[in-house]
Amino acid sequence: MTDYTIKDKVAIVGIGETRYYKAGQSPVSEFQLALEAIQKAVADAGLQVEDIDGFASYSDDRNDPVRLAAALGIPQIQFSNMHWGGGGGGVAGAVGNAAAAVVAGYAKHVVAFRALAQGQFGRFGQGHAGARVRGPMAYSMPYGLMSPAQMFAMRTQRFMYEHQISQEALCGIALASYKHAQQNPRAIMYGRPLTRESYYNSRWIVEPFHLFDCCLENDGAAAVVLTTAERARDLQQKPVYLMAAAQGSGYRQWTAAHNDPDYATSNFKTLAPRLFGMAGITPRDVDVAQVYENFTGGVLMSLVEHGLCAPEEAEAFCTNGNLEWPNGKLPLNTSGGNLAEAYMHGLELVLEGVRQMRGTSTCQGKDARTCLIAAGPMVAPVSDLLLRN
Amino acid sequence: MSHDSTTTSYFPEGMPLPAPMPDGLDAPFWEGTKQHKLLVQRCKACSSFQFGPEWICHKCRSGEIAWVECSGRGRVYAFERVWHPVHKALKDRVPYLIVLVELPDAGNVRMVGNLLGDPQQDVKIGDAVSAAWEDHEDVTLVQWQRV
Repeated sequence: MTDYTIKDKVAIVGIGETRYYKAGQSPVSEFQLALEAIQKAVADAGLQVEDIDGFASYSDDRNDPVRLAAALGIPQIQFSNMHWGGGGGGVAGAVGNAAAAVVAGYAKHVVAFRALAQGQFGRFGQGHAGARVRGPMAYSMPYGLMSPAQMFAMRTQRFMYEHQISQEALCGIALASYKHAQQNPRAIMYGRPLTRESYYNSRWIVEPFHLFDCCLENDGAAAVVLTTAERARDLQQKPVYLMAAAQGSGYRQWTAAHNDPDYATSNFKTLAPRLFGMAGITPRDVDVAQVYENFTGGVLMSLVEHGLCAPEEAEAFCTNGNLEWPNGKLPLNTSGGNLAEAYMHGLELVLEGVRQMRGTSTCQGKDARTCLIAAGPMVAPVSDLLLRN
Repeated sequence: MSHDSTTTSYFPEGMPLPAPMPDGLDAPFWEGTKQHKLLVQRCKACSSFQFGPEWICHKCRSGEIAWVECSGRGRVYAFERVWHPVHKALKDRVPYLIVLVELPDAGNVRMVGNLLGDPQQDVKIGDAVSAAWEDHEDVTLVQWQRV
């Protein structure tokens, strides 16, 4: 029987990122940021820019592959792909799509990238300014439900109610990210540690989210290069193999006006079994995890829905040191992630996963062999990767 | 029945107001609220309820869908208290309360609205609420009040 899988057939061979800036503070244009990150990823791989023949991104990235290829003088594009769906749900999806293109032979060296300079184009966390709103948002926006934090707090509140989870779980997730950022000089929050007291003293954004439950918004760009496992062996970096990739969404998720039949979910319930099935491992085999934090509540649900802890254990799991490097059982978001490294719309989590598998993280997991990257959460579609070294 | 409960505007002027979709899909819903009637879709073939509106029934894919009036009684399925204003009209209007209300007599479809009254009031999932009408010049919002 033909084995329809990408397992072990593709590797991430190069990573690159710009300096990360506070929102609106990039001294150069978003397009220049994209060019810089891509060139750095190519150089990291030991490839030439001319070797790149494909591009993949997500969340309607504004930096069109045709323009990128023209600017970079790339001889030919063989694959260009935009993953549908807004938000961070496409992070692992874009990498997975790039991997599929490599396995299918559409292209040889595909870049997955994301560039953001929100000062130049507007931020996600701002409300709608128009006088009239039509379509699904008409059922929520007039009631002041208009920002991502407000969309996701509602689901989180319901999840915490259903499983009797307290604020402590969310606090534990924020503390782990900030702790890890203190080791990472790239991080926006490097040198700005967070304590339990300052978490609780921070203002509410929307209950149950305090300020520190919310991701940053930043300017910058990040990129990774993928190629076949075979080609990867001849390149300069230790290859980081994809054990599995999955993308998708559950039954009627994101039905208008918050009518998803299964509401209090991060939307990973249908993906996680496929992901671990493709990889041939169990959640217990995951050594380190990079879980997209739009808001801490989504991380909580993602940990549960990937089988890393049961709902009834989730609060203990997030508060007893499990998530913190170096001693925790499952170090989480070891670069600081979206909360404390930088909001590269989650692609920085993939770069950090690669570092963990190379053994070069600033919070390097001891003997880390497998890394989960979960991207979404609470949006549709969401996406996942499992990496190994 | 709570159809005649009206309320003044929950927010100051300047908030975005709803308008029907250009393709007509949800025009009956907004026509209904103007007449202080809470309408949701119900499939003529299999009797499933549906909200937000779609052109076909998600259960049996029939295109024969009616708009039926429901009682306007509901219960709080989830809620949130908003403290950080993300719209200029809300700058001096925080905190405020948003509720997600399920309608037991309409297949537990859900609607978003504000919970009228003190924004700092204690809210519990399961609390009973009923619809109240917030009339604007050419459109009416559905809001929720405690029963």
